[in-house]
Amino acid sequence: MTGRRAPAGIRLDNLTLTHGARAAVHHVSGRFAPGSLTAVVGPNGAGKTTLLRALAGLHKPQGGAILHEGTARIGLLPQLAALDRAFPIACLDVVMQGLWPRLGAFRAASAEDRERARQALAAVGLSGFERRPVGSLSAGQTQRLLFARLLVQDADILLLDEPFNAVDARTAADLLRLVRDWHGEGRTVVAVLHDLDLVTREFPDTLVLARDAIAWGPTADALTAANRMKARMMAEAWADDAAACDRAA
Amino acid sequence: MHDLLIAPFAEFGFLRRALVGCLALSVSAPVLGVFLVLRRMSLTADVLAHGALPGVAIAFLLAGFSAPFLWFGGLVAGLVVAVGAGALSRATGGREDATLAALYLLALGAGVAIISVGGGGGADITHILFGSVLGVDDPALLLMAGVATLTLLVLAFAWRPLVLECFDPSFAAAAGARGGAWHLVFQALVVLNVISAFQALGTLMAVGLMMLPAIAARHWARQVSGMAYAAVGIAVASSVAGLVLSYHADVPTGPAIVLIAGGAWAVSVLAGPVDGLLSRLLRRRHLAG
Repeated sequence: MTGRRAPAGIRLDNLTLTHGARAAVHHVSGRFAPGSLTAVVGPNGAGKTTLLRALAGLHKPQGGAILHEGTARIGLLPQLAALDRAFPIACLDVVMQGLWPRLGAFRAASAEDRERARQALAAVGLSGFERRPVGSLSAGQTQRLLFARLLVQDADILLLDEPFNAVDARTAADLLRLVRDWHGEGRTVVAVLHDLDLVTREFPDTLVLARDAIAWGPTADALTAANRMKARMMAEAWADDAAACDRAA
Repeated sequence: MHDLLIAPFAEFGFLRRALVGCLALSVSAPVLGVFLVLRRMSLTADVLAHGALPGVAIAFLLAGFSAPFLWFGGLVAGLVVAVGAGALSRATGGREDATLAALYLLALGAGVAIISVGGGGGADITHILFGSVLGVDDPALLLMAGVATLTLLVLAFAWRPLVLECFDPSFAAAAGARGGAWHLVFQALVVLNVISAFQALGTLMAVGLMMLPAIAARHWARQVSGMAYAAVGIAVASSVAGLVLSYHADVPTGPAIVLIAGGAWAVSVLAGPVDGLLSRLLRRRHLAG
């Protein structure tokens, strides 16, 4: 929506995230450069969602730090499965939630804000859905709606958790176009993905995660067969009698 | 008609007081109930009310039916159970609903035992558990009206964050909404509404006016605001009809109002336009376009 934007990157400094005593993300260091478009891939239980939630400030690091370079205006696309899709709310009201960072709890939305929300609905192909209850939408339409909310939010960093899961091919293609636009506008995008062909085609950078960062860099270098195999082995190595980690914090 | 509906209130001051108090609560409590239902926390208010019983019982033994003491005792005990259950389940890794169930059964048993051991008779227990129209004295009325006013004011200001936090807490937190703080304010309001309903409805039934209209409202509206209006409407009607029933049939107020509200819920499930059973049966034909 706006042309040039302030660069916003995220640096991970020896980051460890845990669920109880079990490490979900283990001593990861690296950088999501300002304006980068990064895919996070890895086997199930590799800590991808936990990492994304930590980047959004929803999960406190057990060790290490998450450092923001530039602004920390973050837009999060939660997993579709985590949403109560029967919630009694109209589509336009969901899109208007994207105005929260500007309006907060009390300020009134202007006619211009409303128009922006309508335009965002149109941009994701949901014109005319303003008064429709969310419960009447298909999975793909709901994902389109959540993208419209991100459009309105106009954040510098976009964190997408499995954005193309459970949606039809056309929706995935439409939403991918939005992701490309965001990248073109200089926003920093981090997306958790499973479709490796898609990653190879569309994402310049990749983080292969399996608790530890197996590889992090240009997709061609990171997404090798060897690294993918290594990630799978790491995820399957689940030792109940593992000793406490003594790597320097 | 006049004899049935108007005369009891015209004749007896205590009924008028109970009516005003219940109407005040009918405007605030069901709206909180709607949010509890949407958060899948329908049992929480129940647990708060039951958990408050030991505190109410101890206060009753120390000071009799003195309103401020009963509230204070109930408030302390209810908060201990609510906060304690959350902390305990986090510390032991158990499920919160199981911990809540354990604590509130314990609290209910302890409450009744305390009243009995302390020499309270069956009448006292009935009064505390199920409420009495005679219980709505001046302080009780002031509390109910005050709590209702406060609740409506806070809801008016906190509506947007409450809906956002309810619908998508992850997005809310990432976008910088302090969901936790709003949730605490909300829980405090729930406790206040439950406590203020004690005198009229009793500790066991206080939650009825909060939850039953809210659960029924789902069948009348497709948006949160519409559900709130529907819930308030059902609660107001249940309060009036419940007090009339209580008077004519000589039933304690709490159960009478809960019975009427329960009837309204049954009607909503059957005949409500949103997901009602009848509308499902009748809507065999579908739209052409």
